[in-house]
Amino acid sequence: MTHSTHASSAAQSGSQKTLWSVAAFVAIALVAPFLAQALGGNYWVRVLDFALLYIMLALGLNIVVGFAGLLDLGYIAFYAVGAYLMALLSSPHLTTQFAALAHLFPEGIHLGFWWVVLLAAPVAALFGAVLGAPTLKLRGDYLAIVTLGFGEIIRIFMNNLDRPVNITNGPKGITAVDSVSLFGLNFSKTHELFGFTFTPVVLYYYLLIVMVVIVVFVSLRLQHSRIGRAWVAIREDEIAAKAMGINTRNIKLLAFAMGAAFGGVSGAVFGAFQGFVSPESFVLWESIYVLAIVVLGGMGHIPGVILGGVLLVGFQELLRAGAIPVQELLFGKVLIDAEVLRSLLFGLALVVVMLYRPAGLWPAPKREDRPVTRRAAGVDA
Amino acid sequence: MTEPKILLSVQGVNKRFGGLQALSEVGLHINAGEIYGLIGPNGAGKTTFFNVITGLYTPDSGKFVLGGRAYQPTAVHEVARAGIARTFQNIRLFGDMTALENVMVGRHVRTRAGVFGAIFRPPGVVREEAEVEEIAHELLEYVGIGHYANYTARNLSYGHQRRLEIARALATEPHLLALDEPAAGMNATEKVELRALLDKIRSDGRTILLIEHDVKLVMGLCNRLTVLDYGKVIAQGIPQDVQNNPAVIEAYLGTPAH
Repeated sequence: MTHSTHASSAAQSGSQKTLWSVAAFVAIALVAPFLAQALGGNYWVRVLDFALLYIMLALGLNIVVGFAGLLDLGYIAFYAVGAYLMALLSSPHLTTQFAALAHLFPEGIHLGFWWVVLLAAPVAALFGAVLGAPTLKLRGDYLAIVTLGFGEIIRIFMNNLDRPVNITNGPKGITAVDSVSLFGLNFSKTHELFGFTFTPVVLYYYLLIVMVVIVVFVSLRLQHSRIGRAWVAIREDEIAAKAMGINTRNIKLLAFAMGAAFGGVSGAVFGAFQGFVSPESFVLWESIYVLAIVVLGGMGHIPGVILGGVLLVGFQELLRAGAIPVQELLFGKVLIDAEVLRSLLFGLALVVVMLYRPAGLWPAPKREDRPVTRRAAGVDA
Repeated sequence: MTEPKILLSVQGVNKRFGGLQALSEVGLHINAGEIYGLIGPNGAGKTTFFNVITGLYTPDSGKFVLGGRAYQPTAVHEVARAGIARTFQNIRLFGDMTALENVMVGRHVRTRAGVFGAIFRPPGVVREEAEVEEIAHELLEYVGIGHYANYTARNLSYGHQRRLEIARALATEPHLLALDEPAAGMNATEKVELRALLDKIRSDGRTILLIEHDVKLVMGLCNRLTVLDYGKVIAQGIPQDVQNNPAVIEAYLGTPAH
């Protein structure tokens, strides 16, 4: 009797705890943009927006690298696919290039944000599976080299598909991409709602928060499922996974496709958010940057990846903003260019983290620390 | 006595690695419900044969029938689906997963949930997941490591890792459980425990193919066995007969002292 009341009160305090942490998260998430705005203006809200975008990207890459253990260095290609899809389907570019299309859509193609986002997921997933298929027999370093090549190929295609028919407008990129419009609310303008002023970056912030929550939810569900277990099994020992009847080819392709789908959705949001898409947003450095978020945060651990995204984007922006004033304050003049200093400290941070926290800043908790679920109660460690 | 039912029948298996004929015309049949031994000196082709019937190596020729149906061991995962589950000579667990999760992976081939099931968790998937966990717990209990369900596989003791591998293989509901030197590296106590476990698995109606170095274990446990030497079958039958076969004594057990 006492035992059961004990257990139920413990469960109650446990659920109360989660309730509190959810409430705290919602409060922080709601207040954050206004806090950032008050402290540093719209620029810092924009930084928050980008942090959320990179978190979405990193959560997608986490499926491929963290769960399935496939080192993908060309991940940014799927971000590019999503962004270009948004640019092509929500800007006047295609109709100005092709008379036939202009005839069909005299107003230009403006498919709308949600349709493009819904389309970006399967299209990017298809790209992920197609680019993943030739790499199935490769592992480790070799896989990294080939995916790096594929990532570059996509970017170079985007850069050169302006001749003989102009599809991507080449290095000039595609401009005038429609911004998001939701419930009659145009995200490109500032709105007054409930006595608050919502600038475009704040509106995008809320949109991105909702999308990140969805992506986290999907990630968690996938992780704790038959498919998620199969991914981790392949990461741990591919031959043993096969011997357990896992069709490793299909399950690996599924990891590439799911990761790519997340990348494509992030890219679509990015395209609408920027209003401009060009190949230089999708260079190799971006792939490495997203990978660094995953590795620094904690491979395969979703909260760790989120932390990695916040820290890396925040760190980069703090350096951008602080490098020159701090140097002037200390030395009276600027000794190292801000951009150079940023790369230097970024590299240094990577080395330090890998030396002292090789599993990442916030790795998955050790299993023995986990609450015992069932019969295993009373086992000494 | 009813005629024993043949579970696995393999005929005329040849496998060549470059200049080495690793297996020549190897054949055997395993009856349902027995423990079948496969022994031979080092390099006799035991593991090669094992890898051929489990699909890891493609044979140059051979006829394979499992449970009355012909199967081609071309893909490892297809063999597992067809009903042969194996363990590995050098244990291959999913080191970073818990013991429980390892066994749950074994259920993969008998469950169906896909991506949409994982994300939306309809009642069918919830039920399936609960069932997978339940079966995994039961199997851990069955092999005697139920207490260690939450332990990371890598941190289990050697003997427990062997048991976990067997539990994981059993989770695929195999017709034939194929064990590659399960007693390798075990001490005397662990061997006795392993023997009891294999006995229990047989008495529950499962069929086991056992590759083993430990002659005592094989002779004491197996219903019938095959002896390989230089990729050829040199003896086949019940342990007593094989034990007294001069070819076996010469090739494997050595000349007895008089």
